[in-house]
Amino acid sequence: MSIIAQYVMNGAMLGMMYALVAVGFTLFFGVLDVIQFAHGDVLAAGAFAALAVWLGLTRLGVASPALLLALVVVAATVATALLGAAVARFLVLPLKGAPQLNVLLVTLMMGTVLRESIRLFYPGGSQPQLFPALLPTSSVALGEFNLRIDNVILLAAGTVLIAGTSLLVTRTRLGLAIRAVAQDEETARTMGVDFRRIVLLTFALGSALAAFAGVMDGLYYNEIFFGMGLLLGVIGFAAAIIGGLGNLYGAILGGFFFAALQTIGAVALPFASAYKDVFAFGVVIALMALRPKGLIGERTSERV
Amino acid sequence: MRKGLLAAAAVLAVSLALREDDFALLLLTRVLIVILACLGLNVQFGYAGVVNFAGATFFGVGGYTAAVLARSTAVPHLFILLIGGAAAALAGTILVVPVLRTRGHYAALVTIAFALLFRTFFEVNDALGGPQGLKLPELRIGPVHFNDAIEIGSFFASFYLKYIVLSLLLAALGFAFVLRLERSFIGVALDCIRLDEIAAASFGVDVARWKIVAFTLGNFLIGLAGALSAFMVGFIAPDNYSFGESLIFVSILLLGGLGNPWGLSLASAVVLLLPEKLQVIAEYRFLLFAAVVILILLFRPAGLLPRPLRRLT
Repeated sequence: MSIIAQYVMNGAMLGMMYALVAVGFTLFFGVLDVIQFAHGDVLAAGAFAALAVWLGLTRLGVASPALLLALVVVAATVATALLGAAVARFLVLPLKGAPQLNVLLVTLMMGTVLRESIRLFYPGGSQPQLFPALLPTSSVALGEFNLRIDNVILLAAGTVLIAGTSLLVTRTRLGLAIRAVAQDEETARTMGVDFRRIVLLTFALGSALAAFAGVMDGLYYNEIFFGMGLLLGVIGFAAAIIGGLGNLYGAILGGFFFAALQTIGAVALPFASAYKDVFAFGVVIALMALRPKGLIGERTSERV
Repeated sequence: MRKGLLAAAAVLAVSLALREDDFALLLLTRVLIVILACLGLNVQFGYAGVVNFAGATFFGVGGYTAAVLARSTAVPHLFILLIGGAAAALAGTILVVPVLRTRGHYAALVTIAFALLFRTFFEVNDALGGPQGLKLPELRIGPVHFNDAIEIGSFFASFYLKYIVLSLLLAALGFAFVLRLERSFIGVALDCIRLDEIAAASFGVDVARWKIVAFTLGNFLIGLAGALSAFMVGFIAPDNYSFGESLIFVSILLLGGLGNPWGLSLASAVVLLLPEKLQVIAEYRFLLFAAVVILILLFRPAGLLPRPLRRLT
């Protein structure tokens, strides 16, 4: 029983991270019909920015855990939001009108630039870096299962963030503008929507969500690594596609679906659990063969 | 044709001049092998417009097939090279259905997922040596032992000269084949499909059939190159077939000019030789190539040597 609870908890944590990344992909696709493939590496850059700020603050003698946590999260968010907006401004928008594949390639290469920059220029960046435990590490015993407080906090914060994003997109003026651009750029422009500003804001918003996923990853595994963004990016991309690109709820669903696949792969498969990623990606490929436009089709769904 | 023979003769002359320099010859062989692999990718990507971000994976399937067969069977090595190509083509058939049914981003995801899937598979499969990889025996074709130096009277040459001759031969055959393919009705059909699938279909081009042909042919060439590379290096490990390597293949194609075999040959030489000549930048090569490809895509999307317009005369 406690083992099952443990796996469910693991799966939920993974699913939350994947969902946060996938929501970014789906927001970008919504406004510009492009895949921003550097997203995963923007996430890694955010996690490293968080670590650098933590190191700096502890050196300065800031000891209050709450203040540290807040500053670290803010630093990561600001770093990724700026990075995401810069990618949109200098790489994605200039290629508007070029074949979609070129945007995918340019951002893939940008991801490589970011990844390699972390590896080469962050002190000791080629090795995994220890990430500080900024949350209380105590746990509550529920029968035989130890519920870790920090995991609960992370899950709750992730839920709040996703709900907040959803509210922002559906209930605010900014969200209305984002949806307008997603539906029809030309008409949105004639209605007075500042297209460039909305695109940049959307990229900043999506990337800021990735920052949280990056910090969450660091706090959960106590370790970050320059290549962490590649796998998270591909998984987030897969999750967004399974959910139908451009569909916010589909992306969240896709994130948890992929985490469930990995967990099932690790638990239920008769052979070694080392094959869990092989299994998960195999299912994704099979799904693409069966439903080429994702579980919730792109065309029939409302875009963001 | 004449240009091709001249280029081949030039490569031979250079390698004869450098015949005692192991390292230079090794690099030259690697360039030729990468050219062969990129020719395959060019058929898929440049002609048919079928994206493939798993180039290094098919390269690896060829390499691992060669390793397993050469270690545990007595199949003649020349056949093993061909079987390596066939195995990559066969592995590609797993992807045929999803690649045919999807387009754009979705097709890209399928091949990326495949690349990560196989990378993990190579790494965790103990029968294939796990992360440590496998060693290969010496390549032998007929009476020729490829790892013995050449000594005929006073003529001495590094054993890599034999690999150069073999890889030059295969690369030249692949080159001639790809050029011929482009000139044939198949090439025209592939161009139509890349430019407008719906229009091609309405003019009676069997889109699915030619996409499968291009994908399979391409994977065969990539797998063949992978098998040859595995023999030459004498050792294979999952690290050589990472997603980053797949991206390097795609970069070479874009750098050279999509659809132009001459362009990709030039780009292969630049991408492989430059970091070795300038040792300072070797560490930064992934970073630099990625940055260069970004600049190319932004400012010269057709590549260094853009593909010339087809003249149907």
